[in-house]
Amino acid sequence: MAAEAAKVSRKEFVSDQDVRWCPGCGDYSILANVQRVMPDLGVPRENVVFVSGIGCSSRFPYYMNTYGFHTIHGRAPAFATGIKACRPELSVWIVTGDGDGLSIGGNHLLHTIRRNVDTQILLFNNKIYGLTKGQYSPTSNLGIRTKSTPQGSIDHPIDPIGFALGCGATFVARTIDVDAKHMQEVLTRAHEHKGTAFVEILQNCPVFNDGVWDELQDRKTRADASLVLEQGQPLVFGSPGSLRGIVLENGIPSVIELGDDEDPASRGVMVHDERAPSASYAGVLATLQRPDFPLPVGVFRAVEKPTYEAMLQAQVDRAIAERGRGDLQALLNSGDTWQI
Amino acid sequence: MTANQTQKTKPSELVESVAIRFAGDSGDGMQLTGTKFTDETALAGNDLSTFPDFPAEIRAPAGTLAGVSGFQIHFSSHDIHTPADRPDVLIAFNPAALRANVEDVRPGGMVIINIDAFNQKSLVRAGYQDDPLPELRERFKLVEIPFTTLNREALQGLGLSAREVDRCKNFFALGLLCWLYGRPMAATERWLGSKFKGDVLEGNLRTLRAGHAFGETTELFPASFVVPSAKIESGTYRNITGNQALAWGIVAAGVQMERDVFLGAYPITPASDVLHEVARFRHFGVKTFQAEDEIAAASSTIGAAFAGQLAVTVSSGPGFVLKQEALGLAVMVELPLVAINVQRAGPSTGSPTKTEQGDLLAVLFGRHSMSSLPILAASTPGDCFHTVLEAFRIAVRYMTPVIVLSDGYLANSAEPWKIPDVASLERAPVRFAEPMADGEFKPYARDPETLARPWAIPGTPGLEHRIGGLTKQDITGNVSYAAPNHGRMNELRKQKIEGIADALPPVEVDGPDSGRLLVVGWGGTKGSITAAVEAAREEGLEVSQIHLRHLNPFPSNLGEVLRRFEKVLLPELSDGHLALLLRARYLVDVQSYSKVEGQPFKVAELVDAIRKLHAA
Ligand code: SF4
Repeated sequence: MAAEAAKVSRKEFVSDQDVRWCPGCGDYSILANVQRVMPDLGVPRENVVFVSGIGCSSRFPYYMNTYGFHTIHGRAPAFATGIKACRPELSVWIVTGDGDGLSIGGNHLLHTIRRNVDTQILLFNNKIYGLTKGQYSPTSNLGIRTKSTPQGSIDHPIDPIGFALGCGATFVARTIDVDAKHMQEVLTRAHEHKGTAFVEILQNCPVFNDGVWDELQDRKTRADASLVLEQGQPLVFGSPGSLRGIVLENGIPSVIELGDDEDPASRGVMVHDERAPSASYAGVLATLQRPDFPLPVGVFRAVEKPTYEAMLQAQVDRAIAERGRGDLQALLNSGDTWQI
Repeated sequence: MTANQTQKTKPSELVESVAIRFAGDSGDGMQLTGTKFTDETALAGNDLSTFPDFPAEIRAPAGTLAGVSGFQIHFSSHDIHTPADRPDVLIAFNPAALRANVEDVRPGGMVIINIDAFNQKSLVRAGYQDDPLPELRERFKLVEIPFTTLNREALQGLGLSAREVDRCKNFFALGLLCWLYGRPMAATERWLGSKFKGDVLEGNLRTLRAGHAFGETTELFPASFVVPSAKIESGTYRNITGNQALAWGIVAAGVQMERDVFLGAYPITPASDVLHEVARFRHFGVKTFQAEDEIAAASSTIGAAFAGQLAVTVSSGPGFVLKQEALGLAVMVELPLVAINVQRAGPSTGSPTKTEQGDLLAVLFGRHSMSSLPILAASTPGDCFHTVLEAFRIAVRYMTPVIVLSDGYLANSAEPWKIPDVASLERAPVRFAEPMADGEFKPYARDPETLARPWAIPGTPGLEHRIGGLTKQDITGNVSYAAPNHGRMNELRKQKIEGIADALPPVEVDGPDSGRLLVVGWGGTKGSITAAVEAAREEGLEVSQIHLRHLNPFPSNLGEVLRRFEKVLLPELSDGHLALLLRARYLVDVQSYSKVEGQPFKVAELVDAIRKLHAA
């Protein structure tokens, strides 16, 4: 009964537009999961706004039966800032990709995160340009051969998580397109967070960069290739018989092997703390990259800071409280005037 | 007792109008001195016009030509329109200021110099090979005053450092000028009292009054001058600059349209003051956002418009072009907002503090594809206020971005402005689309009269919809690439903008309705063109004038008006943008008179152009 009611309300978030991503694109599952969590967030549909830039991921708003704005390349965070600054009561979601968000839109991503505008930023990372048909992106691996890099890319890639932390993000998480349960948990957490919630979603582009996240998507390799972050839990990964943990020596992380019955704490394995006051711990986690380390998924950092729109509204409220609501005639007549 | 109340002992001469230029190092406080003299002049009831002219560098090396900052004020007992071509009086604080300005002074005019600043070293610094004073004495009334010394004497015994003392000397000069032209000093004294305290306040007041007393007693000035107050329309007046008027117009729009304002902007000369001024008015519910760049300023503004705010962004040429892609989106999604371009001399960084009208074609055609939007241009500092208000009304009524053009000259120039009675300003409360309980919302269904689509804002149940830059299907707003639909949507947007002309007031001709010569202008050149037309008429020439605020669409009778004249002259501070448009649009042989020097027109050069074309 309850399940049925939930199903109906999920449908409420599905727009009447045909979804036009390529068959097998990771974007489908992301869309399904966003639509699935929406009814549980308790926000009326009319108060939800999806804002996007340009790229495959940025078609997202058309498929959500909420308010939506498909804007220009890279600028979605700036549009969202204008929306949220004026209407703090709205739930504003930004959908972007590795090209849109970190190349042409890098500056806006930086400043929106820095200001802590209360929005959810979902960055679909497929490590490639899809819509423009397969050029390398700022997250593409060094050496990747694409149409624009026939001899291989000579760009060092940027890590979205490290970028967001560097911008002073108050909430940073990573999840993966195929793991519905994990993604829904992360999306819910992102929505609950007051401030900019930055979520990197590892997404497969079967057309131009197929398999780039295979190790993490494949159930057989996932346990070894990823490290699931859980608050208060030790940084342990792998499967029984080959458990391993992350330890830190002189600020440098390394992997140690653990016996199945061994207490990770006794071996000095780090314990996850997303609320650590300093961002340096999350910064270390962000440096854990394949193939030397498992790739962490989950919430890296979740701390409180005043939000931009709340401080802006407070300034307006304070000004009105102190000076009274502005009177236009009084303004025009203020200062030196004379009669003729 | 204030100095201006002292007993008058010298005779005074009556003059109708005077133009004074204050010139010194950027750090000498010339802009402040000029502004304060302007305030006093306004309170004395003269009509006035000012022209601040300063370098882009905040503090160029002292004593060099590059660092000279000037402020010109023209005031009169009759109606005036410009800061005057040539000053009657120059106050030069150092040799560089003298050298940069003295050739502009009317032959036989008065040149007051701070003789303390003249020595071998400073003359060389200013680029003088020989002492220029003997030669200048032949051509001008040269008045040599030791401002530095007199100021130091006046401030003896105060607890100010030598540096602080010397920084007061511009107020000694201000006091002297106030005596010379019978200005009160009460407003300046009040301002000083609100700005400074302790010894700094005392120092400025003392030197101001000492300057005034010096005028009264010195033998350098046998008489003072009286410029009677002007006979202008009755009412309450204030001084206003173009940037201030833009800012107040933005605030006024929120009040008159009953919706809070959002201003997204990125600092740029000469538009930043609009952001600064609006930021002071949070108690009007105004939110200002200093964005990370021009693109974000425009984008956040469009976001605010989507969210239902009265949204505005302001910039200047090089910043404005960065907004054009975003404005193209605003055209496509048909959201109301105002984008202000305070034009400056370019291209590129150009001369940031100098004026130009070079962006008309860029704002009209600078977005890709067909993306017509309304363009309005303000013509005087005070007109900036009304132009912005009208721009907001058009934006909301027609659901379109609207561009307002101002320029560097209007931005910083001051004029007496008759304060409008708020009750007489048009009220145009914003109306959003109403919630819908059932049925399908049509975001691109249009109002049959204006062709505007509904403004449906987030938070309204039943109106959830998606917009974006992709071509929309008529009525539903769904993405559609169908060829006939693409053409139809282009046509609808075009018709909507063209239809605005029906609601615009027809062009009114000043002077004869038809005849020999029509002078057409737009934007900030109105003062110089009007003064030139008046001067030509005094010479007996038959000249008519129109000045356009609406540059897209044009008022519907414009072509017909142009055709009624044998000759049409169009002075522009560009290489003839509007002339090109009028010629193309109406097939009228409009003669462009262009000037691209970063400076406003001089009245004399326009009179000359009128004479030539009249005779041709
Ligand atoms: S190109 Fe790649 S990312 Fe884009 S829709 Fe197709 S599969 Fe998805």
